[in-house]
Amino acid sequence: MWMLEIPPFLPFFIGALIAAVTRGTLRNVIMVAIPVVSAFHLWTVPEGVHLQFAFLDYQLNPYRADKLSLMFGYVFHIAAFIAIIYSLHVRDTVQQVAAMLYAGSGLGAVFAGDLLTLFVFWELLAFTSVFLIWARRTRRSYAAGMRYLIIQVLSGVILLAGALFYAAENGTLAFGYIGLEGIAGWLIFIAFGIKCAFPMAHNWLTDAYPEATVTGTVFLSAFTTKVAVYALARGYPGTELLVYIGAVMTCFPIFFAVIENDLRRVLAYSLINQVGFMVVGIGIGTALALNGAISHAFNDVIFKGLLFMSMGAVLHMTGRINGSDLGGLYKTMPKTTVLCIVGAASISAFPLFSGFVSKSMVMSAALENGFDWIWLMLLFASAGVFHHAGIKIPYFAFFAHDSGIRVSDPPNNMLLAMLIAAVLCIAIGVYPSALYSLLPYDTGYNPYDATHVLAQTQLLFFSALAFVWLNLKGMYPPELHSTNLDFDWTYRRLLPNALRKTFAVIWQADLAMRQAFLVRLNGGLAFLSQRHQGISGLLSRTYPAGSMVMWVAVILAAYLFLSFITH
Amino acid sequence: MENEKTYLFDKPENVKRLLHILYGCCGLLFVLDFVIHRHVMHSWENLWGFYPLYGFVGCVVLVLVATWMRTFLMRPEDYYADEGKTELDKKSDAQIGEQNVDA
Repeated sequence: MWMLEIPPFLPFFIGALIAAVTRGTLRNVIMVAIPVVSAFHLWTVPEGVHLQFAFLDYQLNPYRADKLSLMFGYVFHIAAFIAIIYSLHVRDTVQQVAAMLYAGSGLGAVFAGDLLTLFVFWELLAFTSVFLIWARRTRRSYAAGMRYLIIQVLSGVILLAGALFYAAENGTLAFGYIGLEGIAGWLIFIAFGIKCAFPMAHNWLTDAYPEATVTGTVFLSAFTTKVAVYALARGYPGTELLVYIGAVMTCFPIFFAVIENDLRRVLAYSLINQVGFMVVGIGIGTALALNGAISHAFNDVIFKGLLFMSMGAVLHMTGRINGSDLGGLYKTMPKTTVLCIVGAASISAFPLFSGFVSKSMVMSAALENGFDWIWLMLLFASAGVFHHAGIKIPYFAFFAHDSGIRVSDPPNNMLLAMLIAAVLCIAIGVYPSALYSLLPYDTGYNPYDATHVLAQTQLLFFSALAFVWLNLKGMYPPELHSTNLDFDWTYRRLLPNALRKTFAVIWQADLAMRQAFLVRLNGGLAFLSQRHQGISGLLSRTYPAGSMVMWVAVILAAYLFLSFITH
Repeated sequence: MENEKTYLFDKPENVKRLLHILYGCCGLLFVLDFVIHRHVMHSWENLWGFYPLYGFVGCVVLVLVATWMRTFLMRPEDYYADEGKTELDKKSDAQIGEQNVDA
């Protein structure tokens, strides 16, 4: 049974090595084969700890499989498979290698049974993924990647510090329930929170993802935040604070999404919004809520990937991604349009699409556990996500005013990848039992009762009505070339400016002090020289020869005295 | 553009048709509220037309607030463009360009 001991990240790391030295069709075949073979292997893996060894005094479990980690393992394989197909046309070894290493790191992190292994893969996620941003090879992407890397590495360092405190407090590094107790609990919570794009720690995502390459963003959207969701689900289920953080995460990004022009940045904001639903589910912590959070993460990887792929196709074919420059593309990109609408319907949680069967679990759990106001916020966010991701994305890219751009649908490999994702979105929506059977808890939940379906459909149709009404009235904010300030303004503008000004003041004060001192010194010297110059001055006074003889006698007497006392 | 074929939504009547379908669906869904017996979990859900109204009002508020946010959050597109650039960088920008899209 040595096969059991192959941790899922290994095939991907080997694949990265092979991708580095092969080219052309051979590389494509190998890269597609790796997630398929690895997924079949993972399917046969039973639950349990399959790899462990001792390190110093601690037991490390680099490969622990249970229902929670297997669920994320499956969806990461699906995501890697789809994204690899989507990027088959790319002739850039840096991206191919980085993508394989990145997918492998994501798998390594969700199967890590101890905090040290988790830390290693946590940092690897950052160091491998940043190349997918830098591979755009623009100055903007370089700067955004740098900011991304700094924040991700910071999260890793905090995680390591937390893990060390945890080991000191509990005498073990095993990664299980942690909870907000002690300094270790808080440090690890903050580390997970940064990667999970908690409010005010979210700008690495909206900053970097839209600057990555067309195919890189598809990989990025799948792994990093979902690893963080997994880690929260493992370490902090039922932590009430998460309910409030998650609710804020669902609501505030939609305002930014409505006024954002870069359509991939709109999707980045809606990614935070979707992760918010998962965080709320983890915070509620009941079986239904956790099932909802995990299955929503599963579905989100697929439909958010589909949306990023469709916008990537638009960017790839037209060279533009700003809503203000696009429009009317449905005329010559009909397939992409339809596939994008499937993704939009899924993220908006239309009945019969995948978002519906998972998001409704979190909403029901919020009501069942008395989080009435949170439920209202989630409902508002559901309407809002339909508004900005469900309508705005397809509308401004493919319809709206005709931009005059006439480009064809993207290459076949891109279309195929989108088709696979779209089929999965609909399949999960129509037949959710397959997804439910993989979930950690059996709750017997049925999303398709008349009340639910009617309520959700009403909510969505009247949101659409609001969009139409606002558009007809001319009240809908037009897409404008602009940058919208977000929290990153504090560290990109406020802090640097504040530091610059503070140091400017300090230098000024320092200069003034030095100058004042010099003036004083010169003044003092001038005063002294003034006072003692001339005939009567200290330095030009004349002394009688007798006084010199007396001082010589004094010195000789001192010598005599000293020679006496030393003997 | 002269001999380009006309597409689905180039005809205003098709757009109108689509909008009428939407209005019809909305009306039907609103009426269904009174027909279908619902198992509500919360007293707010008992209000007639709670979901339709919440969806409509929520979205209008969302858009109005977001539009208002533009008044103090919006900056020119190149607001952050000069971050960490030296004079030499700015010169080379003119040659290599800022936006590379073939990646």
